[in-house]
Amino acid sequence: MKVKMLSRNPDSYVRETKLDLQRVPRNYDPTLHPFEVPREYVRALNATKLERVFAKPFLASLDGHRDGVSCLAKHPKSLATVLSGACDGEVRIWNLTKRKCIRMIQAHEGFVRGICTRFCGTSFFTVGDDKTVKQWKMDGPSYGEEEEPLHTILGKTVYTGIDHHWKEAVFATCGQQVDIWDEQRTSPICSMTWGFDSISSVKFNPIETFLLGSCASDRNIVLYDMRQATPLKKVILDMRTNTICWNPMEAFIFTAANEDYNLYTFDMRALDTPVMIHMDHVSAVLDVDYSPTGKDFVSASFDKSIRIFPVDRSRSREVYHTKRMQHVICVKWTSDSKYIMCGSDEMNIRLWKANASEKLGVLTSREKAATDYNQRLKEKFQHHPHIKRISRHRHLPKSIYSQIQEQRIMKEARRRKELNRIKHSKPGSVQRVSEKKKRVVAVVK
Amino acid sequence: MSSSRAAESLLALNQQEELEDLPREYPLSTSEDEGDSDGERKHQKLLEAISSLDGKNRWKLAERSEASLKVSEFSVSSEGSGEKLVLSDLLEPVKTSSSLAAVKKQLNRVKSKKTVELPLHREEIERARTPLEQEIFNLLHKNKQPVTDPLLTPMEKASLKAMSLEEVKMRRAELQRARALQSYYEARARREKKIKSKKYHKLLKKGKAKQALKEFEKLRKVNPAAALEELEKLEKARMMERMSLKHQNSGKWAKSKAVMAKYDLEARQAMQEQLARNKELMQKIQAASESAEEEGGAEEEGEPFVPDVVNEVQVKADTPNPWMFRNHSGDTKEAEVQGDPEELAEPAAQEAPESEEEGPVVAEEILLKEFKERRSLRQKSRLNQIAKPVGSQEAKDLSSQEVLSELRALSQKLNRESHQSRKQELSSTRTVLAVQREEPAGEEEEPLLLQRPERARTLDELEELGKKGCFQNKELPRVAVEGQQLERNPSNHLGVPKEKKRKEQMIDLQNLLTTKSPSMKSLAVPTTVEELEDEERDQRQMIKEAFAGDDVIRDFLKEKREAVEASKPKDVDLTLPGWGEWGGVGLKPSAKKRRRFLVKAPEGPPRKDKNLPNVILNEKRNIHAVAHQVRMLPYPFTHHQQFERTIQTPIGSTWNTQRSFQKLTMPKVVTKPGHIIKPIKAEDVGYRSSSRSDLSVVQRNPKRLSIRHKKQLKKISVD
Repeated sequence: MKVKMLSRNPDSYVRETKLDLQRVPRNYDPTLHPFEVPREYVRALNATKLERVFAKPFLASLDGHRDGVSCLAKHPKSLATVLSGACDGEVRIWNLTKRKCIRMIQAHEGFVRGICTRFCGTSFFTVGDDKTVKQWKMDGPSYGEEEEPLHTILGKTVYTGIDHHWKEAVFATCGQQVDIWDEQRTSPICSMTWGFDSISSVKFNPIETFLLGSCASDRNIVLYDMRQATPLKKVILDMRTNTICWNPMEAFIFTAANEDYNLYTFDMRALDTPVMIHMDHVSAVLDVDYSPTGKDFVSASFDKSIRIFPVDRSRSREVYHTKRMQHVICVKWTSDSKYIMCGSDEMNIRLWKANASEKLGVLTSREKAATDYNQRLKEKFQHHPHIKRISRHRHLPKSIYSQIQEQRIMKEARRRKELNRIKHSKPGSVQRVSEKKKRVVAVVK
Repeated sequence: MSSSRAAESLLALNQQEELEDLPREYPLSTSEDEGDSDGERKHQKLLEAISSLDGKNRWKLAERSEASLKVSEFSVSSEGSGEKLVLSDLLEPVKTSSSLAAVKKQLNRVKSKKTVELPLHREEIERARTPLEQEIFNLLHKNKQPVTDPLLTPMEKASLKAMSLEEVKMRRAELQRARALQSYYEARARREKKIKSKKYHKLLKKGKAKQALKEFEKLRKVNPAAALEELEKLEKARMMERMSLKHQNSGKWAKSKAVMAKYDLEARQAMQEQLARNKELMQKIQAASESAEEEGGAEEEGEPFVPDVVNEVQVKADTPNPWMFRNHSGDTKEAEVQGDPEELAEPAAQEAPESEEEGPVVAEEILLKEFKERRSLRQKSRLNQIAKPVGSQEAKDLSSQEVLSELRALSQKLNRESHQSRKQELSSTRTVLAVQREEPAGEEEEPLLLQRPERARTLDELEELGKKGCFQNKELPRVAVEGQQLERNPSNHLGVPKEKKRKEQMIDLQNLLTTKSPSMKSLAVPTTVEELEDEERDQRQMIKEAFAGDDVIRDFLKEKREAVEASKPKDVDLTLPGWGEWGGVGLKPSAKKRRRFLVKAPEGPPRKDKNLPNVILNEKRNIHAVAHQVRMLPYPFTHHQQFERTIQTPIGSTWNTQRSFQKLTMPKVVTKPGHIIKPIKAEDVGYRSSSRSDLSVVQRNPKRLSIRHKKQLKKISVD
């Protein structure tokens, strides 16, 4: 005779240790959990709304400069340390955790045009209007010591920018020409020119470290290989490029901040068409910096706002502005990709969250799971109109808003004119040129 | 006696028609006859008029709509009350008053005397006295012609019965439609007649003149013979004008105008116009175009802005049977005047209101003549058509104008010979069917419409045909009444030998008609209907052939049924298996429980397409939900199914196990706070297999991450 009795396997309900969570048996039968899509939709909607509720990106304003902030630099080893140069020749070093200035140096007469840190983080270089390149120790002078640069190089012309090699003791300056210096020498290893206009900025490629790019006021972007004596190639755009920034995750990609309100992402192997045109600014873009993840970049503009663009999108995902922030001259994305700093005309350095609604501080695992889930839901339902509308909604200052409207009209007019021209001319005589191609005047090798 | 009277009246009718239609064909014999009969009628009319002067004594008989045997000669009808006048009743009050002794005496005397009974005995009525009467009686009885109820002969009744229900229905519908149309046209005509604007009328006239000219031109090109005929008619009109003094400002109206003319510019102009008109009419016709214009003018003057239907009525009225016409419509008197031109010079009581319309009347006469001729012509051609089988009609479809004109010429010739007989035939066919079927064929008042190929029949024509039928129907009972009215006239026995002769003809024709009636079924109205049906059928056939394979309609119906089913609210089963009883595999909750927890769905609102059999209105589209739905396929997706699948897969932990939930929700890029992310190196991507010390960015690509890497990652995160 068989006796039927209830039997359970303790493995399915007994936890291994006391610290384990209680096992909750769940039945995943879909009929017991109906309306999955509507429920998730509601969750997504709520998540989107909460995102907007919690979107408070502004963290801190670092004040202390007595003139507009002209340049910023990150410390390669310490996340909390930031260096900034002002238009009065003053350099300040900030501690972000304390949000305080920890050191200030009167580095130059006139503007501090450029500042960069050495890859090891022990010293930094500044260039100024007084035609000098100075190297400073990162740590402050010990008690009784005077504040002096480690080295000072007197140049013949004004230097407008400086960047340090990512691995070697080599740095590059730009002005009349691009000079590549050895730290130990007082004269450049090599100087390269292409054209006669002054060069506004020079940037080393963080991955292919021998490559560097510069942009000149004759509207071109020139690429160099440090190992060669001559420039590689250049691309001429419609208007002047203020600065470029290399993508730290993709060796060939760089983005140029242009005077025509747009940013152009180029693949250096195919310069004839930009990979993407990023347009949302309503005034000249002055600076650009990549997130260390290489997925986004931030741009500072003369229109008193900074914008965050995904690399593969032509429209920005975020715009930051405050009433008090004036023309933003320089912007940096911190190395942990969590924060953005921007220095502006009105002498302040502002600290922003890179992700506006992100919760700061340590998250419990459940919190993390929830945020991840919410993030995923938002992504999943991002095309649904209500969610899209809510997530896209941003407040803008009136000036920017009206300028956007104005430019939309202008753009539409241009488009219409082009269409009309095509319509009313002999078929085939007027070729339609894509927007991307239009912006590139020429590529020279 | 009454029957003989009826016969006589019939004869008189026929005779009169002939007189109107064909004065030249029986020049001598009929002229005497005409004079007599006309005199009779005039006399009667005079009597009528006189009697009608005294309002109280007016006969009620004139309005009687049914024929009956009880008709007295003195128009005392015993019918209305339904009682017989008993003499004793009359006597009773007399007894009381002594002053009426004389009367009493008289009455007694009357009582004692034996008098002629009123109404007469049947035998006496039916006794034929004269040989002619005898003959008529013979014929009538032989033919079973109904004497008392002149509506239908047995034959006709039979033919009526022979009509199928559908046919009758169809016919009725047609008639109804025709009636509606008629009333509409009448209303319109009345409205248009009311318009006072002279300019409007002038324009209208001009337009009509132009139209007529154009049509005449066309006619001249297409059918010279017909055009010539038109010219002849014009010539005749000219002659008439020369004979009459219509437009010479001698009428009453003209005289009154002449008085006014001194002061009134308009009156002067009107007179001048009339004179001009006279001149115009008197002018000898030189060019065809001119004449056409004139003709048009004449026509206009006749019926300046009367719609087709009304015209038609008048036209018909004057042709076979003036009596029919007289009873028909509101403007009967006018028509009557037109009908017998001889009566124009009749008592003032009738004539007075029309004195102003003298001009038009003449023009109308001209017009009417034209119409008569044309009608006879048409009838001729129709007869020819009848002779041909229906199939040949179909074949004739391609026949050109030439054939038609030939036919017309032929018919014209024939017309001359057999004109009168046809007229008689027409008038004598009182049967509903026969008349309806005889009448039809493009009886338009438009003079040139004949030029159209017969086959080109439109729905409008069909309607008009139906209308005609309707008129006939209306008129038929009246005929009898007229006949009886005629009876009142005692001296109606004139021109007997003539009538006898004609009677034969008439009866022959009637025989012919009655025998033919079944074969005539396929004539005008029905054929047109059939043709139309044919066209429809053709089209349907074509469509059927085109969609031979698929039964679209059934598919659609099925689809609709399914949609309706799907949209019905469903019942909700709230039964929890195992709740309150044993549950498990193979066990089902009890029926009672199921019944208890089954929530019946409430009846939803009625579907919007409930009454639209060939429409499916999709009620699934929820306008409130639309705002939440994606309208366009988003970029990376190439097919909507892809997108839908991504949406439909749930990612929450409610639907997924912990592991898969984590996998599903892992962000693409994970960054750790407080870790510096260095630019990528060749080693990171796997070019060189050097271990990575500071992996702070995890690209979510589990395949690429080796186990070692994962371990490292773990280690780092623990740190």
